[in-house]
Amino acid sequence: MSGYLLYPGCSLEVGARAYRDSIRAIEGPLGLELTEIEDWNCCGATEYLGINLIPAYALIGRNLALAAGQANGSRTLVAPCSACYLNLAKADYYMRERPILGERVNEALAAGDLHYDPGSITVRHLLDVMINDIGLDAIEERVTHPLVGLRVAPYLGCMVPRPDYEHRWSDHEYPNELDRLLKVLGAEVIDFPLKTHCCGGHMTQIGPDTAYELIRRLLHAADQFKADVIATVCPMCQLNLDAYQGATNRHFGTSYETPIVFFTQLVGLALGLDAEAAGFGREMVTARHALDRIGVEPPSPEEPAETGRRPRKDPKSLPMPTMPGAEGDDR
Amino acid sequence: MIAPISGGAGMSGNGGRPRIGVYVCHCGSNIAGTVDVTELRTWVERRLAARGVVVARDYKFMCSSLGQDLIAKDIAEHRLDRVVVAACSPHLHEATFRTACRRAGLNPYLCELASIREQVSWVHTDTASATEKAKAVVSGAVERVARNAPLETLRVPVHPATLVVGGGIAGIQAALEIAEAGHPVYLVERDPSIGGHMAQFDKTFPTLDCSACILTPRMVSAGSHENITLLTWSEVERVDGYVGNFTATIRKKARYVDIDQCTGCGICQEKCPKRVIDNVYEAGLGYRKAIYTPFPQAVPKYPVIDQPNCTYFIKGKCRACEKFCPTGAISFEQEDEFVTIDVGNIVLATGYDLFDPRRVTQYGYGRLANVFSSLEFERMTNSAGPTNGEIVLRDGRTKPTSVGIIHCVGSRDRNYNNYCSSICCMQSLKFAHLVKERTGATVYNFYIDMRTPAKAYDEFYQRVLEEGTLFVRGKVAEVTDAARGPGEEGKLIIQTEDTLAGRQRRIPVDMVVLSAALEPRKDSSEVAKRFGISCSHDGWFIEKHPKLDPVATMTEGVFIAGCATGPKDIPATVAQGAAAAARVLGYIQQGEIEMEPIRAQVIVERCSGCRICNDLCPFNAIDFIADRGVTEINPALCQGCGTCVAACPAGAIEGTGFSNEQVVAQIDGLLLRNLEPTAVEPALV
Amino acid sequence: MNTAPAVAPGSTDANLRFLEEVSARTAGVSRLEMCIQCGTCGGSCPAAADMDHTPRMLFAMIRAGMRDDALRSNTPWICVSCYHCVVRCPQNVHIADVMYTLKSMAIQARLYRDSTAPDFSQTFVDMVENYGRSFEFGLATRHYLKHFPLRMPSAASMGIDMLSKKRMTIKPKRIAGMDQLDAILSRAKQLELTS
Repeated sequence: MSGYLLYPGCSLEVGARAYRDSIRAIEGPLGLELTEIEDWNCCGATEYLGINLIPAYALIGRNLALAAGQANGSRTLVAPCSACYLNLAKADYYMRERPILGERVNEALAAGDLHYDPGSITVRHLLDVMINDIGLDAIEERVTHPLVGLRVAPYLGCMVPRPDYEHRWSDHEYPNELDRLLKVLGAEVIDFPLKTHCCGGHMTQIGPDTAYELIRRLLHAADQFKADVIATVCPMCQLNLDAYQGATNRHFGTSYETPIVFFTQLVGLALGLDAEAAGFGREMVTARHALDRIGVEPPSPEEPAETGRRPRKDPKSLPMPTMPGAEGDDR
Repeated sequence: MIAPISGGAGMSGNGGRPRIGVYVCHCGSNIAGTVDVTELRTWVERRLAARGVVVARDYKFMCSSLGQDLIAKDIAEHRLDRVVVAACSPHLHEATFRTACRRAGLNPYLCELASIREQVSWVHTDTASATEKAKAVVSGAVERVARNAPLETLRVPVHPATLVVGGGIAGIQAALEIAEAGHPVYLVERDPSIGGHMAQFDKTFPTLDCSACILTPRMVSAGSHENITLLTWSEVERVDGYVGNFTATIRKKARYVDIDQCTGCGICQEKCPKRVIDNVYEAGLGYRKAIYTPFPQAVPKYPVIDQPNCTYFIKGKCRACEKFCPTGAISFEQEDEFVTIDVGNIVLATGYDLFDPRRVTQYGYGRLANVFSSLEFERMTNSAGPTNGEIVLRDGRTKPTSVGIIHCVGSRDRNYNNYCSSICCMQSLKFAHLVKERTGATVYNFYIDMRTPAKAYDEFYQRVLEEGTLFVRGKVAEVTDAARGPGEEGKLIIQTEDTLAGRQRRIPVDMVVLSAALEPRKDSSEVAKRFGISCSHDGWFIEKHPKLDPVATMTEGVFIAGCATGPKDIPATVAQGAAAAARVLGYIQQGEIEMEPIRAQVIVERCSGCRICNDLCPFNAIDFIADRGVTEINPALCQGCGTCVAACPAGAIEGTGFSNEQVVAQIDGLLLRNLEPTAVEPALV
Repeated sequence: MNTAPAVAPGSTDANLRFLEEVSARTAGVSRLEMCIQCGTCGGSCPAAADMDHTPRMLFAMIRAGMRDDALRSNTPWICVSCYHCVVRCPQNVHIADVMYTLKSMAIQARLYRDSTAPDFSQTFVDMVENYGRSFEFGLATRHYLKHFPLRMPSAASMGIDMLSKKRMTIKPKRIAGMDQLDAILSRAKQLELTS
């Protein structure tokens, strides 16, 4: 069992309940022990920072201070929500980069008898922990129901791979972590070109027309690749693409119908959970067809999933630049 | 308490007391603007008289001939036996003042410089405290110079042969200049042929003359010159010695071809069944065989077998080349050979590597088929290249109707390299011209700043503008194949801010060319170490002086030329090759070289033979004399770096000119302990 | 540009003061003075089409001391915090954080042109300051009623769907340490970040 502190964040309490439920359901089988920080508060999302800087960082600082106080063995704080992950990591980083900010935040925290030493907590995303601590081999061993035949668009959105203060991800633009995890689950993973592009963020609230265009681009690209489902790591991305898919369709006269699920839900299915236990049923765009696909095509662990067709090599064609270390198994 | 001074054999016969002259330079306002030079001079006169100062002067420019005359006159009139010049860093004018002293009859090593410019006036703003610091610096120099001994320079002969490392245009130029002057040259190249990057290009900017047409005659001259020994498919493994007398060990990698038998007919390459992507000469865009010469005009003409890719070496059978070779030149039994050569000077012209554009993930190189690197594009435009000079997409047949050329890929970017690669603007303009000329496609150039600062360069920019290439000022944000609508389907979309229009644009094209940065060779820091020179943090070789000595290094006898010191175009590279040759010829002409007499010396009585110093010497100057159980230092190899002096646990090694006594006295002087009443009077060594 | 610069033209120091102020009030080391106007940010921005100035232009305006114009710009409010510009910027300017700074300065100076975004942020902050957690139902109803009354029917149907799928609750949850959080935020509001 590896122990971690957990900062669930507001979304997981209600809006992204499917994320929370699926995390809690796969936690045990994967050998994770996530201890929730007691009485945590909101991270401020992308809103508080634009109102008043010191209070915004003090708000985040309280969570870091609580985590440090509660740290018992593990000083790693896992945040499944992208905005929470970034805000926690950012506060910790900037308090070090600009010591005056650290002093001010601690001055404020002192009013609540709290203190936080920047650098004393390590903030990580759940996907990072799954890939780098649990390991793909260990996950693969536990897969009982491979997602054979399910075409998945891996979608990370913005705030997990960027700005990546601690260089935890393979790339800012084209990280491969989620792709590798989904492949291990047996899914057919498409090379999704917009995998780290924006879902619209808070623009669904303040400038819906701007947001709809960003949502359309993602749905359009996933549709071009004939994805059965988009797998996300972020409650905001899930909400925008799922809950506003209808509005986007009405806005552009399109008819996309792509279910948006959390990657942990797919992990849950592959580990043999039933759909409800994996948090399905709460999505606005139904995932029934996608589930049917895995249902009607029974899993066969021996057969590796087909990874797209490769066109026959034209003898006149020029070689592609060779990618060192990219041949064969790209784990 | 200042240490008593041993001896008393004065040169001037005044009871061993030194007679020191101190000269304070204003350096215009460089020093006088911050340091109160009059106050400094009068303080020296008053307070340092007891330390042996008999005259102190200040002057506007001590380095002028009038300033130097002032010192010479005082040496004669005041019978000075020591001189301190408080001026700039010794790096600049130590030689000037020491020469002036020598002309006036004083041993040059009895003259010291006190740096009150670099270490005082340039780094302080407050006059009062700067003046106080200047006093301390001068006081230290006075104490030190009092303990200096007259030294004689060493002279060593110069071996007339030269080692040139790197067979690109810089190395070829240097080798030819030296060989033409009648001296032997060893030209070492690690690839199978000389020619370097220039051999890969089709046209050269701004004149568009054919690269091969101007390069191959030079290659042929270098290959056939009676004074040049060509060592291709070879690498320098080890260098010993010092200026005038280097010994280099060179590994001649096994070619598996007996060059005495081989006629270069090419049948082996034709018959070899193994096709390999050529990542060096063809920049990955084309193929070669497992036995190959990189290109038809290769010098020398002999092929090599690419051992890791050869079927015979992998599977133990094939030998097609051997079967078909008409002269029986194939020799699978060949092994690497080592040769040792003696040379007097070394020129390093090791060139550059191309930045790997895959690192800029958002440009899609390696992922999007029709994104090409600049070297790939050079090969594509070359009539001897994989497409016979036709500009086509990765499918090998479709002509593009629109091409985007992106400048500054990996340059001027803190995520990769901070510097400007200097050639990419002109190279990108050349590409634009070639695309227009050969395909008539619409061409876009995406640039941040257009940099065309050499002869006829901006005129070329004008010409490309006239030809109708479209220029967009903006660093490209991304290249994507994710179409947002019908107009973009099947295209590569270049997304950028057109900063002059102040608007984001998405420009669909068929082909994208990335003008990638020039980077130091991957192994540049190991190579620098092997030759005893230094690299900047980027990895470029460091010049002795970036402006006034651009082809010399801090290691005497080792010169650098071409892109190994930083990105350069062909004219600058050739100029540096020739400049390095001129410096080498200067040394050869002199026949022998004067060396600074700053050396370490073992005081044999104190040496315990512990051998701690033996392996520390970076110049291999220390030998252990087993039968006597002591260590000795070869004065010709020693460079006076002081490593052994500091390391010796018995204090048995002394640096000439840097004895403990001198250093401690200088520190006491800096701390003004020499002004305490208890201070022992200085006396001459 | 229809407003005069905040300071007398030609007074370089005063022009620079706005740049310095923005830098000082940005969380990390902004590096704003390092901008070379290459346009990587404007090219990368997924929402640039809706901005009145690209981020690059905004930085030029800040340098020119055009305080009011810069604070009136809708650019920071359109920024979706995707951080594409931040990781691509060749000069490592902390662009997204500068946008947050400009928003807070615009609110203080009451210079924003459209109140939708500032109101949304403020409503969100109010919820957090009341409950210690965000409260989407409260946020959505308050915000939509004020700014998008015409879109209320479709928003409401979505809301009902969310409620039925238990992805929204009508009762907010308050944290236990609300007094502590209150004390911290009250103290924080008296503090400012200076260079």
